[in-house]
Amino acid sequence: MSNEFTKSVKRGSDPLYLAVTSQPLHMETIVQLVSADGGFGAIASFVGVVRNNNQNRRVTHLEYEAYEPLAMKALEQIRQEAAVQWPGARLAVHHRIGRLEIGQASIVIAAASPHRADAFAACRYVIERVKQIVPIWKHEFFDGGEVWIEGATANPADETARLEAVRRACGAPSAAAALGTPCA
Amino acid sequence: MRVTVRLFARLRDIAGAAELARDVPAGATAGDVWRGLVAEFPEMARYDSSISTAVNADYAKMGTALADRDEVAFLPPVSGG
Repeated sequence: MSNEFTKSVKRGSDPLYLAVTSQPLHMETIVQLVSADGGFGAIASFVGVVRNNNQNRRVTHLEYEAYEPLAMKALEQIRQEAAVQWPGARLAVHHRIGRLEIGQASIVIAAASPHRADAFAACRYVIERVKQIVPIWKHEFFDGGEVWIEGATANPADETARLEAVRRACGAPSAAAALGTPCA
Repeated sequence: MRVTVRLFARLRDIAGAAELARDVPAGATAGDVWRGLVAEFPEMARYDSSISTAVNADYAKMGTALADRDEVAFLPPVSGG
């Protein structure tokens, strides 16, 4: 891990596991973090990348903005929720802010667990919860204009939203899946 | 008393500033500050039912009472990931 990267990271209660940073993200960094313990048989990872299109617009780049101290607390809440839901899982999440070009990683998540089912579920849970409660915003620049993307009203105490994230993480069967269409 | 208002994303664009200082009466709540902002920047009214608020970088409710020098933030719907 470079010194430059280390310095740029805003430390959570568990140093370096959680970060909001303007530096490029590295999946191998967080995979190493979560796999330091030899007791894990599975590591699931997720990379969110900047897409070149959105709602029929040709996207040129994104700019992410965060309320950093609260974003770190929200990430810590998510990590604690996942620790309760999937005891024994170990998680790391790094979210990038600032200007990002097409194809660059905006978020990397790694979830380690003794077995694969919990690793996949915990990893999916984190990205679902990030989209619900972490105070980060994407400013989309496209051919002909720009727009702030607005998703969920952040309410970390909303149990219905949390349970929806668990449901998605656990891959609960849906009518759509039965018809051979993509999962929700 | 004086509070610092933090604004993000579209709200920051509407206000033309990321941070504002506002004098409010003792006992004022986050919601009181928000209603003052909407009066000042009517375009913010459409966020009435969708914003979240935070006081001193902790999620709070619109009814949360503020103290002198508190930082109150208004957060439009989030879109990280």
